Amino acid sequence: MDQHLLSIVLFTPLAGLAVLLCLPARNHNLIRVWANLVGAAGFLISIPLVTRFRAATPGFQFEERADWIPSLGAHYHLGMDGISLLLVMLTTLVGFLAVLSSWRAIDDRVKGYYAMFMLLQTGMLGVFLSLDFFLFYIFWELVLVPMYFIIGIWGGPRKLYAAIKFFLYTLAGSVLMLLGILTLYFEHFRQFGSYTFEIADLMKINLPLNLQEWVFWAFFLGFAIKVPMFPFHTWLPDAHVEAPTAGSVILASVLLKMGTYGFIRFSLPLLPKASADQTIVQILAVLSIIGIVYGALVSLMQQDWKKLVAYSSVSHLGFCTLGIFALNPNGLAGSVIQQVNHGISTGMLFLVIGIVYERRHTREISEYGGLAHVMPKFAVIFAIAMLSSAGLPLLNGFVGEFTILQGAFEANRIWAACAVMGVILGAAYLLWLYQRTMLGQVTNGKNLLIPDMSLREIAVFLPLIAWAVWIGIYPKPYFDVLRQPVSEIVERVRPGYFAAQAARAPSPPVASRVALPQGGGR
Amino acid sequence: MSQFYTTTDHFTIVPALMLALFGCAILLFDFLVFPDPRQRKFLIVFVALAEGFTGYALYHQAAFLAANGLSEIAGFQGSVTIDGFGIFFNWIFVAAAMIVALVSYKYLEISGEHHGEYYSLILFAQCGMFFLATGTDLVTLFIGLELMALCFYVMVGFLRTDKRSNEAAMKYLLLGAFSSGFLVYGFSVMYGISGSTKLADITAAIAARPPWDPVVFLALATTSVGLLFKISAAPFHMWAPDAYEGAPTTVTAYLSVASKAASIAFLLRIFLGPLGSAREVWEPILAFVAVLTMTIGNLAAINQTNIKRLLAYSSISHAGYMLLGLVAGNTTGINGVAVYIMVYTFMNLGAFLVIVALRRQNIIGEDLDDIAGLMQKSPGYAILMLIFLLSLAGIPPTAGFLGKYYIFLALIQTGHYTLAVIATLYVAVAIYYYFKVVRSMFTREVTEKAPLASSFGLRLAVGVAGALTLGIGLYPEPFLRLAQTSVLR
Repeated sequence: MDQHLLSIVLFTPLAGLAVLLCLPARNHNLIRVWANLVGAAGFLISIPLVTRFRAATPGFQFEERADWIPSLGAHYHLGMDGISLLLVMLTTLVGFLAVLSSWRAIDDRVKGYYAMFMLLQTGMLGVFLSLDFFLFYIFWELVLVPMYFIIGIWGGPRKLYAAIKFFLYTLAGSVLMLLGILTLYFEHFRQFGSYTFEIADLMKINLPLNLQEWVFWAFFLGFAIKVPMFPFHTWLPDAHVEAPTAGSVILASVLLKMGTYGFIRFSLPLLPKASADQTIVQILAVLSIIGIVYGALVSLMQQDWKKLVAYSSVSHLGFCTLGIFALNPNGLAGSVIQQVNHGISTGMLFLVIGIVYERRHTREISEYGGLAHVMPKFAVIFAIAMLSSAGLPLLNGFVGEFTILQGAFEANRIWAACAVMGVILGAAYLLWLYQRTMLGQVTNGKNLLIPDMSLREIAVFLPLIAWAVWIGIYPKPYFDVLRQPVSEIVERVRPGYFAAQAARAPSPPVASRVALPQGGGR
Repeated sequence: MSQFYTTTDHFTIVPALMLALFGCAILLFDFLVFPDPRQRKFLIVFVALAEGFTGYALYHQAAFLAANGLSEIAGFQGSVTIDGFGIFFNWIFVAAAMIVALVSYKYLEISGEHHGEYYSLILFAQCGMFFLATGTDLVTLFIGLELMALCFYVMVGFLRTDKRSNEAAMKYLLLGAFSSGFLVYGFSVMYGISGSTKLADITAAIAARPPWDPVVFLALATTSVGLLFKISAAPFHMWAPDAYEGAPTTVTAYLSVASKAASIAFLLRIFLGPLGSAREVWEPILAFVAVLTMTIGNLAAINQTNIKRLLAYSSISHAGYMLLGLVAGNTTGINGVAVYIMVYTFMNLGAFLVIVALRRQNIIGEDLDDIAGLMQKSPGYAILMLIFLLSLAGIPPTAGFLGKYYIFLALIQTGHYTLAVIATLYVAVAIYYYFKVVRSMFTREVTEKAPLASSFGLRLAVGVAGALTLGIGLYPEPFLRLAQTSVLR
């Protein structure tokens, strides 16, 4: 069982999809029940990953490897380390909750809707689990198609524009990334005489700096568009605003993480010289900081509730990329935790919007006001979601942002100083949003009669709230899980980093106690 | 003086003999046995038999090569050469002809032009293709080309009462004849250089001259015009949209796939054989032509509202990608062209077959409006069409990705980075117009209530094309091995 655990987790949604296709399209409730069962099963099946995961083991766990296309050197190779563990758990949980939240929201072409979510789920899990670049690329592109349909069929008024923009933008980035992958693949052939897409093998090649830089920029386009980093973020507000609630939730919580995950898993270890190159690091840090501040400023100006949250994603993901390119353990670990945090809190914020949107069918902030009087339960949940996103201590957002800032401070104090503005602005736009929609008197008569949240709706939020509180109060298990993979990556990008730290500090820092792998990788 | 018709000679051309034999048999049986037009669909059995025997002969030829460790068998003093390359392309023709024959009867019945000659034309055209893929003599190649082209001129104009079909046939005939003229002129120059029509002799004679020799250049330029016309590369692509749109859709499918595959085989034979030593001359020219072809094909496709025209322009852009494999020119590139044409065969056939299904009594069914809401009306066809379009765009895990993969890899291996970037960015352009079709199928409401014209043959053929398009993408190993046997040595 242990040898095939990852395959089981990966293909549960696909198996669910196969059964779903046989169900009668007219029977909406049967389809809904089945989709929720599959979602719940997907989450439950992934729980053993947590219990069986050994945080101190270097390298990848639960590895599975089989030949797939020998003539190309592509393998079916799955594996998991602390970073993928967190993102996989985020995916299975949020994937389930997104399905659960759609029960009443979707009445049109129900079967197709849930089919797309199941396909999407497999694609996203595959991205986080693949250790073979060919396999990774297939899953990476596989995600685009269901997301296109989720936005394009079940989305808002400008859905077609938003869907094709999302597709074209990310596709253009990914095909250029493919060229980068093929360059590495070919270099491996040149140096070792064999073609392979194995990440571990590709890490062995010795690339000159300037070629590494070219490949880095090719990867950068693929990943930065997905994140999205500052100049490439324009697809995001459209896609988020037009997507149905569950689509926005998945998009924000999981899909964007594919970009940051790509940086951590591929850019840094495969191209260590380019990733540590001062010019590149500076450019990426500056772009991240621009993203943080710009996203926050634009959020402040939004009249549309959903667009505000969408732009806040640009700001929060800026923190994640800044943490990555601080290139130290704190920055990287903070970045991964912040990715999970963003998944939880922004997921909640989009669900919050979904709940009022289902009742009032508008997202204009000015249409609302004083909702706390009519919907007290909703007010509490929204408050928690908002505070978690704003980074209030004792909730999850604080832990991530704090660690990232610590890492950024260590790398460059000016970065940290600029990024802190994002925290302040973040609190500003979120609190102001809360104030405008929830507090004061009910000014719009239409809001007087809207019902409070149902039990199912509350149930969607409870796991996320519990998770947010857990990370906020006791984040140690998360840091434990991340310490090993993060130190491997830091040691790979900046060889001798831990030795230098140990020499400088009188008492050894936590990270240096970890057993470093020999040579890195498998 | 060697013997006139040896056993080896016979062995090399058995597949073509089978095709010609059954083609003639259909002409006879058509009016002797099946006087009732409704019975003509049984002629498909003849096509199936012909393809069965052809396939069997090809299989034997491949087995003979493998068993004796030979790379080729030459017949007719080197006019016909059976090698892995020729056999591979012939498999493609067999598959394409069989699929097209399967779907044709319903379409032709609806169009009121169901005649037995149609099936024999399919076989005769395939016979020409056989010689295009295996011929190693200018005369053999030219006869093969003309046999194929003549059959297509007739088939494109097969809807006698349809103005568009007649117009398309006339355009195709005039331009095709013109391009053949160029080609033959080039051949005559090659003959002048070498004093022989055998490709091997011409190769040696041209290699003895400097690559920039003006006579060689004259041969290169005129031959290229003819060849590029046949694969519908820019700037000789103008015939394609008109011919594709006007022809009966089943013929369009056949034309866009089999004729293109045969012409690519022909082009590879000429460019890697006789013109191989002038690579430094033609490589930049072909690179330019490839980029121009992709540009024109992709940009012109964006504004099309007729799906057949849209696919015509898309097939022009595919010709550009295949040319890039030749520009890269290494083993990966040439192998890539073979893989590309293989996956292109199934995905492009599949896409046209869905349009065949849209043709109903009184409904031409070729516009984006006609396919609107297909997902509600006929989800099976809609999903298959989605797979074909994704594959045409080159999105994994469909087969089309593998074709593009080889081309990109070959370009990177040979250091053509700029070409690689251009080629990849056109994938994003292509997805835009392919998704115009997808959008129409999935997000619009049904405008045309009439059900699709589905027949058993059509369902079978689309199913096979879909299974292969997805199957080659998911488990490509056996297909890649098959393609590897085709590399020209």
